Amino acid sequence: MAITYTSGEQVEVYRFSIPATILIPLTAVFLQAWLSKRFPFLNIFDLPLLVTIGFATARRNPLAGLFTGSLIGMLQDALTINPIGLYGIAKTVVGFGASSLGIKLDVENAGARFLLTIVFYVVHEIVYFMIARGLVGLHMAWSWPHEFLSGVANAVLGVFVFMLLDRVKQRT
Amino acid sequence: MDVLGRYRNLIVLVGVLFAQVLGLAVQVKRTTASEPTRLIRVWAVGAVTPLEKALEWIQTSTGNIWHNYFYLRGVRAENRSLKAQIERMTLEQVRLNQDAGQARRLQALLAFKEQFISQTTAAQVIGGSGSESSRSVFIDKGYSDGIRPDMAVITADGIVGKVLHADRHVAEVLLIDDQTSGVGAILDKSRLQGILRGTPSGELMLEKVMSDETVPTGELVLTSGGDRIFPKGLTVGRVTKVSPGSEVFLNIRVHPAAELNRLEEVLVVTKIDERQAEPDQTGATRAIDILAERLPTVPPKPDDATKGAAGTAAPGTVPPGSTKPTTVKPAPVKPTTVKPAAVAPGTAKPTTVVPTTTAPATAGSDAKLKTVPPPAAATAAAPAPRKPATAASATGTSAGTGSSLSPATPAKVTGNPATKPAPKPVKTDVPSQPKPQPAVEDTPH
Repeated sequence: MAITYTSGEQVEVYRFSIPATILIPLTAVFLQAWLSKRFPFLNIFDLPLLVTIGFATARRNPLAGLFTGSLIGMLQDALTINPIGLYGIAKTVVGFGASSLGIKLDVENAGARFLLTIVFYVVHEIVYFMIARGLVGLHMAWSWPHEFLSGVANAVLGVFVFMLLDRVKQRT
Repeated sequence: MDVLGRYRNLIVLVGVLFAQVLGLAVQVKRTTASEPTRLIRVWAVGAVTPLEKALEWIQTSTGNIWHNYFYLRGVRAENRSLKAQIERMTLEQVRLNQDAGQARRLQALLAFKEQFISQTTAAQVIGGSGSESSRSVFIDKGYSDGIRPDMAVITADGIVGKVLHADRHVAEVLLIDDQTSGVGAILDKSRLQGILRGTPSGELMLEKVMSDETVPTGELVLTSGGDRIFPKGLTVGRVTKVSPGSEVFLNIRVHPAAELNRLEEVLVVTKIDERQAEPDQTGATRAIDILAERLPTVPPKPDDATKGAAGTAAPGTVPPGSTKPTTVKPAPVKPTTVKPAAVAPGTAKPTTVVPTTTAPATAGSDAKLKTVPPPAAATAAAPAPRKPATAASATGTSAGTGSSLSPATPAKVTGNPATKPAPKPVKTDVPSQPKPQPAVEDTPH
């Protein structure tokens, strides 16, 4: 359950095949757009964010993490009416942070992943809120309880998503 | 060099973030209607929407097979119920057609121009934006189907939004509950106008209604046509909450009539005709005639009826065989009341009264026409009691002339020679300055 501190030599680094690298984020963005239209309450989940965290913690490479986050975020932005870069910036930060943390911590167990997801979900929302409000001028409402509960919901889903990602990741 | 290698990751992170912030700033500054769609949007939409279309097709096909071939329970009962409903609605339609025709005639007289939805394209909603801060949906029709930006998107229940971008086979629709959306709206009864905007939480608020106005909850909100996107008179929703705003305006929350969270099929308004309303061809086109129909009839007095029966020509009575019309000018004599008389069978021409503008009488003149006041019901949409067929044209028209157009204008009475021996001026026992009929408020579409 606990997040254990490990040295860089102890942690395992994984990679994903090219089809998985392309198709998984695309599927996540597609499902996010499609499911939220069918079931509006599913808007609370952020599948592309979970995939970003999953990829970043598995690869444990900050550069790969930030570029993956950036691309997934911009892809997500492209489906919205907002300027491209809002999700891009937020997920870049999350991708970099998750992969950097993945180097230092053992994030293989479900408890660690659960906590990490909550933390990075809130970080993602804070960055998004600041950029959307400060730079783009969108009127955004902030509610800590809502964000925290959304974080918990995403963390629960994240545990299962990471288990699926474990099945397609390859040891380097 | 060593420092660069040590902080390489951080430097790249800062560089990527800086590039994205720069890109954001450029987009925010250059957001215009004429801006072309960015390539990444085209790629993203091109990558995601085919999957959405395919899934939508599979879901629809499966649903159709189930509902159209297997799950037919209760269809007969529903069919009977729908038939009964059609009958009821047919009757209602007849009444509404009459009202609409009357409204069109009045609009034509007032030279109103109204917008008609002349062409729509049905489209299916295939996906959303997947973001709470961006309320938009994708439809399966694009510019190859005639969809263009800024076209209105509606459902049978109410308005939905407007087309934001149109790709070849896909278009993005900005929903009315998005915070960047704005719709010109008007309250149905009070006719107060405002701007309908979305909030970050996805609610609809009607803005710019002064706080000293009274807006009841439950009032219908319609499009005002002021935004040049939605035609006037489309249903938007109903007022659910009214509270004082921060400034001099009210906070009016509106519940949308269309289920924006459960959209499946929508109509894109691809063509709007703006033309002047044409009068209904079946009836008279003069306002006085229209208004006269609504006015009540002065009931015939028994002594007039007796006179008529005894052969004395009462005003407005046309004896059989009389054909030559004449003009009767009201003389400045003792005013009497024009009483409608029953027209004898075989009457050649009924007496009619047409308006004249030649000799406007001054106030207090003996020749001044007075009219029977229209009751409250006559000014409302409810039809007034109908007059007898021929007497109506004599008395009702006269009343209409005086009441609606120029109350102080004498009437030139064109009638039968039989009426000539007794040219009595019209006396009325009603105010000489009646209230005009209210203009038509609702534009039928």
